[in-house]
Amino acid sequence: MKYLNEFRDGELAQKLAAEIKHLTTRHWAIMEVCGGQTHSIIRNGIDQLLPPEIELIHGPGCPVCVTPLEMIDKALAIAALPNVIFCSFGDMLRVPGSSKDLFTIKSEGGDVRIVYSPLDAVKIARENPDKQVVFFGIGFETTAPANGMAVFVAKQQGLKNFSMLISHVLVPPAIQAIMTSPTNRVQAFLAAGHVCSVMGYWQYPPLADQFQVPIVVTGFEPLDVLEGIRRTVKQLEAGEAFVDNAYPRAVTIEGNKPAQKLLGEVFEVSDRAWRGIGVIPQSGWRLSQAYGDFDAESRFDVSGIRTQESSLCRSGEVLQGTLKPNQCPAFGKQCTPRTPLGATMVSSEGACAAYFNYGRFEEAG
Amino acid sequence: MCLGVPGQVKQIYEANGTRMGKVNFGGIVKEVCLAYVPDLTVGDYTIVHVGFALTKIDEASANETLKMFHDLGILEEELNPEDHAESQLAPACAVDPFGLSQGAKQA
Repeated sequence: MKYLNEFRDGELAQKLAAEIKHLTTRHWAIMEVCGGQTHSIIRNGIDQLLPPEIELIHGPGCPVCVTPLEMIDKALAIAALPNVIFCSFGDMLRVPGSSKDLFTIKSEGGDVRIVYSPLDAVKIARENPDKQVVFFGIGFETTAPANGMAVFVAKQQGLKNFSMLISHVLVPPAIQAIMTSPTNRVQAFLAAGHVCSVMGYWQYPPLADQFQVPIVVTGFEPLDVLEGIRRTVKQLEAGEAFVDNAYPRAVTIEGNKPAQKLLGEVFEVSDRAWRGIGVIPQSGWRLSQAYGDFDAESRFDVSGIRTQESSLCRSGEVLQGTLKPNQCPAFGKQCTPRTPLGATMVSSEGACAAYFNYGRFEEAG
Repeated sequence: MCLGVPGQVKQIYEANGTRMGKVNFGGIVKEVCLAYVPDLTVGDYTIVHVGFALTKIDEASANETLKMFHDLGILEEELNPEDHAESQLAPACAVDPFGLSQGAKQA
């Protein structure tokens, strides 16, 4: 397909990799924030194309992975209620909660449905006026326009039986948290291209300035990722730190204004817990006051549920880039995609799943 | 779930007051909400996340990037042919660098 094939050209990829090799004089640790990029890197062997001095650290940008266990338990509690139709993106169904997952609830008779778009959940609510329809609204800035629109449309249509269980997180506060962590080794960021398609990249220059860290907006195809890395290495080698856009066909500095306008109306910034990391201040969204009636947490009174994370799963370290998936003692043993200990092994954007599915059982080197 | 997929707009219409459309993803056609990208017209390419078009792919900019990739290293080759030849002969990845070429053909 157009705009896919051209950006997957093997010869050009070799050329870009050679250029990166030519530019590189020393070790650099670069974090790709987004799980979609991690997936592309491992699937295409991009890390193996790079000179050994370039280390890619996989970031926390997998929405399924960072949704706290506690939120999964709340979802399970709501989904198990009679009279509730619980709708979710498919990859949340196998994420283990404290004792079970959404699939188990479904097999026990709960009405759990997979939808492609949150608008499908609104449609289900319209068609089932005697049921409470709840959508599990998780994600970064990329799914927020979809989730926001579902709530907006539900309010417009006066639907009293639709609500959303929200666990929305934001990229810039995560970059801030990583840079201020005492164990941080990240020297540059590949910013998530599609997050920037929505939000633009006007939020990033203060971060690049404050931490003297290059931030390069990067796409997802192999050539996009290599070009992001090339521009990043160029800055690092020159001792520069600014925001650059290596994905101009899909990203402008101002982003998608109509989406930002709706997000500003439906959501407000709030503190959020990240699975395996903990609470990051002002790092997510909750429904604004005007849309507060659509909050499933208060509608079903599950806000009291408190859950501790498992100590066997070290996904928190993986998400912060201090542990590679195949360095975890449980990787490929107690923890596989069929028997996941944590969400990073479940989601198609999870670093552990990418390593497992593409056979990265041993460290390259 | 959080992967953006490029597709081509085939049809635009209104449903329950919302701007919707049919988008072709390399053969699979899906209904997509177009409300956030009002300037999309039939034939345009867009990136879709969970049923929502988020951005219009800028054709001129895509071509510019591709041209830049093609031109990359030309100056280098000119000025330092030996170094360039060496880097070509020693790819870091011995296996098929892009098993994707197969997937790309299907797409």
